[in-house]
Amino acid sequence: MKKLINQAENVVVEELQGIAAAHPDLVKVHFDPNFVVRVDAPVKGKAAVISGGGSGHEPMHGGYVGVGMLDAACPGAVFTSPTPDQMLEATKAVDGGKGVLHIVKNYTGDIMNFEMAADMAREQGISVTAVVIDDDVAVQDSLYTAGRRGVGTTVLAEKICGAAAEAGRTLEEVAELCRKVNGWGRSMGMALTSCTVPQAGKPTFDLPEDQMEIGIGIHGEPGRTRMPLKTADEITEMLAQPVLADLPFQKGDHVIAMVNGMGGTPLIELYIIYRKLYHICHAHGITIARNLVGNYITSLDMAGCSVTLLKADDELIRLWDAPVKTPGLRWGV
Amino acid sequence: MITREDVVAWLTEFRRVIGENREYLTQLDSAIGDADHGINMDRGFGAVLAKLPSVAGSDVGKILNTAGMTLVSTVGGAGGPLYGTFFMKAGAALGNKTEFSAADWSVALDSAIAGVQQRGKATPGEKTMLDALAPASAALHAALENGSSQGDALRAAATAAEQGMHATIPMLATKGRASYLGERSIGHQDPGATSSYLMLKCAADTWDDR
Repeated sequence: MKKLINQAENVVVEELQGIAAAHPDLVKVHFDPNFVVRVDAPVKGKAAVISGGGSGHEPMHGGYVGVGMLDAACPGAVFTSPTPDQMLEATKAVDGGKGVLHIVKNYTGDIMNFEMAADMAREQGISVTAVVIDDDVAVQDSLYTAGRRGVGTTVLAEKICGAAAEAGRTLEEVAELCRKVNGWGRSMGMALTSCTVPQAGKPTFDLPEDQMEIGIGIHGEPGRTRMPLKTADEITEMLAQPVLADLPFQKGDHVIAMVNGMGGTPLIELYIIYRKLYHICHAHGITIARNLVGNYITSLDMAGCSVTLLKADDELIRLWDAPVKTPGLRWGV
Repeated sequence: MITREDVVAWLTEFRRVIGENREYLTQLDSAIGDADHGINMDRGFGAVLAKLPSVAGSDVGKILNTAGMTLVSTVGGAGGPLYGTFFMKAGAALGNKTEFSAADWSVALDSAIAGVQQRGKATPGEKTMLDALAPASAALHAALENGSSQGDALRAAATAAEQGMHATIPMLATKGRASYLGERSIGHQDPGATSSYLMLKCAADTWDDR
């Protein structure tokens, strides 16, 4: 698998150096431990919001640092949870005296590392609240699993919570909003190919040419089911129906919809998926109030897509529309 | 008695074995994970090795605690907190000793395993590293109670860990990333149980009847 890299073990550091060079007006990059932080941190008197996760999901999370979204993001090794020292230093760097929200995706490693960091930050007198995102409907039975994975809704939560924090809401209010977003968001993804972790040098799993993987996560792991490839419209139905049924979304609902590329799928195809999603929502009497179509939470070079629907009321839409100025999302400025 | 030099030798040997098994562990982790266990452990134990010279003259507790904290800040994922906790708890149990007996090691191992269980919230049978560690602890207790030599007791623990590792193959994963695969996790050996077995095998090989 050809990649545009130098030495595989330097991928993350070199990426961070590239981010620092590309966006000095928006972010600063701290090394050892590694984290991306907004250029004006700490913003005094404001609750701060941080997140983090393995590298390989760009633009998430480092691309979402800036005004109106994350105060800081902690990048781990590729597909590997960041370590507590990263979150501790990031928490200290963004603490404006009003506490810090940790948005944590529901993966065993992320949960444990963020928990350890939060304990250490609290010992140092910083108020930390953590909210876990677990929006993936592909994992059905949470009694017998590590629980539903945190996927697409994470991006929407970071935007909405970032906006609320920017508007001066308290840590408790921002955390409650995060729980609300997590409660109203649902996602499902699929893959046409696996992906190649730089240091592994070959795809994580083999997917025959005529097959697809339904119910994937974002770390290149195999999904729930493998089946013969179907058309874009059929695939959209297979992703949208479980999402719609799970909340359940109802006639009259307004939603923020995201058709997300896994990194290796061109925009031309993502718009074909969105076309069908739009029709499906319309047929269900659901209005798509706002949308994102593109690469927002990726899995390196995996070809595939995910669909996220977030039920949205006026409050969430107002926060969605609020100005944001980050490498990955920019509007209203 | 197992000395602090023997502990350093164990960690050095484990680091070598991890490096040798990096591809293998990564392959196991591709089947039911995200293909990074070998890579992460290699990085973490490489960092531990780099730290060892600075603590080689300290007590066993400090050596193991340093190893644990280094793993927490370099391995990442679930492995970092779990292996980190393992070594930190073992270090806390052995404290300021500069040498210890197999019986002391049994106590430390149990404390380390309890830490891993508390951190990861798994129980045996969920297809995790515990499925190698828990049988090893039981075997070590049994061997010591039966009056086995230190070397035999450590080997009994390693053998039990190996059996536990193999026993994860038919298990359904209900913890960690493998659990998202549901029944597709069945038929694959757990990477964490594999690295745990290797760790205990290195202890048996390095410490033997010292």
